[in-house]
Amino acid sequence: MLAIFLGFEVISKVPTLLHTPLMSGTNAIHGIVLVGAMIVLAQPDKDAFAWVVGFLGVVLGSANVVGGFVVTDRMLEMFKKREPPKAPDAGSDDGTSAG
Amino acid sequence: MSTNLANLLYLIPIVAFILALRFLSNPAHARRGNQIGAAGMLVAVVVTWIQVGSTSWWAIVIGMAIGGGFGAVAARRVKMTAMPQMVALFNGVGGGAAALIALAELHRILPEPGRPKIDIALAIALSGLIGTISFSGSMVAFAKLQELIQGRPITYPGQKLGNLSLLAVCVALSITLVSGVQDEWLLWVVIGGATLFGVLFVLPIGGADMPVVISLLNAFTGLAVAIGGFELENNVLIVAGMLVGASGTLLTLMMGRAMNRSIANVLFGAFGQVSAGAAAAAESDGGTVRSATAEDVAVMLAYAHKVVFVPGYGLAVAQAQHDVRQLADLLEEKGVEVSYAIHPVAGRMPGHMNVLLAEANVPYPQLKEMDEANPEFGRTDVALVVGANDVVNPDARNNQGSPIYGMPILNVDDAQSVVVLKRSMNPGFAGIENPLFYNPKTVMLFGDAKESMVKLIEDVKDL
Repeated sequence: MLAIFLGFEVISKVPTLLHTPLMSGTNAIHGIVLVGAMIVLAQPDKDAFAWVVGFLGVVLGSANVVGGFVVTDRMLEMFKKREPPKAPDAGSDDGTSAG
Repeated sequence: MSTNLANLLYLIPIVAFILALRFLSNPAHARRGNQIGAAGMLVAVVVTWIQVGSTSWWAIVIGMAIGGGFGAVAARRVKMTAMPQMVALFNGVGGGAAALIALAELHRILPEPGRPKIDIALAIALSGLIGTISFSGSMVAFAKLQELIQGRPITYPGQKLGNLSLLAVCVALSITLVSGVQDEWLLWVVIGGATLFGVLFVLPIGGADMPVVISLLNAFTGLAVAIGGFELENNVLIVAGMLVGASGTLLTLMMGRAMNRSIANVLFGAFGQVSAGAAAAAESDGGTVRSATAEDVAVMLAYAHKVVFVPGYGLAVAQAQHDVRQLADLLEEKGVEVSYAIHPVAGRMPGHMNVLLAEANVPYPQLKEMDEANPEFGRTDVALVVGANDVVNPDARNNQGSPIYGMPILNVDDAQSVVVLKRSMNPGFAGIENPLFYNPKTVMLFGDAKESMVKLIEDVKDL
């Protein structure tokens, strides 16, 4: 419940400019599913089916994590290039029209 | 490591994720936010690694190497223009992983005496269902954006009813699963049905709405992951998944609002389906399309006082941002006032154009948001539309029958004249006619945006 509230609270005001990186960032965070897949794969006494499923889970989960964070970083890199010292001002400008 | 200690250590990634979201909401710290999130993820993985012990460690390593390697290479190689589909792809694999966990858990606990408790069975059914929808839906979104399948809505009679019944069947089977008939094949059927539903659910949605859909599926994946956390009794999964589920839902709503469309409308409106009436109306206006040569346009631009560039997806496809910048610089040397009007959803992701123009080092003050740009068009000599279409479609203002009626647009038709750079007369990504092209003020310059830009630069130089 607290997590739901925090989820809403934390991003309640985001400039349009950042919608996509934010989507990509949250996308990377649900890569935490990797942890779940690791647990599945690490269970003792599993049969072949659990092996395959757990292994696939780890593959997909880690693709989610690594890809998600790298893509987000590349997007945000673009913003940074602009005017390194003045970035904060640029942001607040966009915020006003995010509506 | 004891479970208690692990749970305590799991607090680190949880706090990191919350901070990451917080920072990502602010342009000044966004990049650091992402790094904090990544660091939190690393902690979570290490803690889990230590906790689960050494069983099958090599399989985990190999799996991570394959998945992580693929993710890193794909994410590094992809062009900036293809980012939205990359996000869809990575979202899909996350959803797929959540569904796999459900399968594995059911498989593990079924043979146990007493069979799964009802809450665990519910969690398995739900995360299987939602994770799978997210997986197949994201794959279709990916295919659409990658143009592997046509981006326009695919519709057929009885579609909504069909989809609804399919979902109902899946839900009914899930309920059966929960209420006691706990056979593995039942979950397989649910997953099969959900795969089909995910595909059918995204197919009728037009490409212009894809970002909203991806964002929604992103929230779905978060939810599926959280439910997976209940199955495995793992707190970090529950909290991080919920965080994404909630923020993803909110983000979806915000994106919808930026486009002035309700989510229900996006999902069920089959946006961009050319309504026969509207298309006929556009043609029967008898408007003719005037096309111009680059020389003509160069003259118009060079002798204007004020030129506004209106970039759209065509700019991104052609990677013409540097040429646009060059042309703008040339015009400025000639004393022309230059600015850029950025529609919030131009391109295929909100903020897409800002990213591209920032890459070309366009001076920030020249970028005008829609509210700022619209009043300016009245005193603009030439509005140069570079590969934008739906965001300048006057039908959104005037034609109640148009699927985009009510969407705020850039009023380029207020300018003295409009030049549209476009590959062909094909309708835009949303698949709707644009009367702007038939407007007597408008001239079309056909061709790839980059090539047209290069020609324009040469011709302006020659003047």
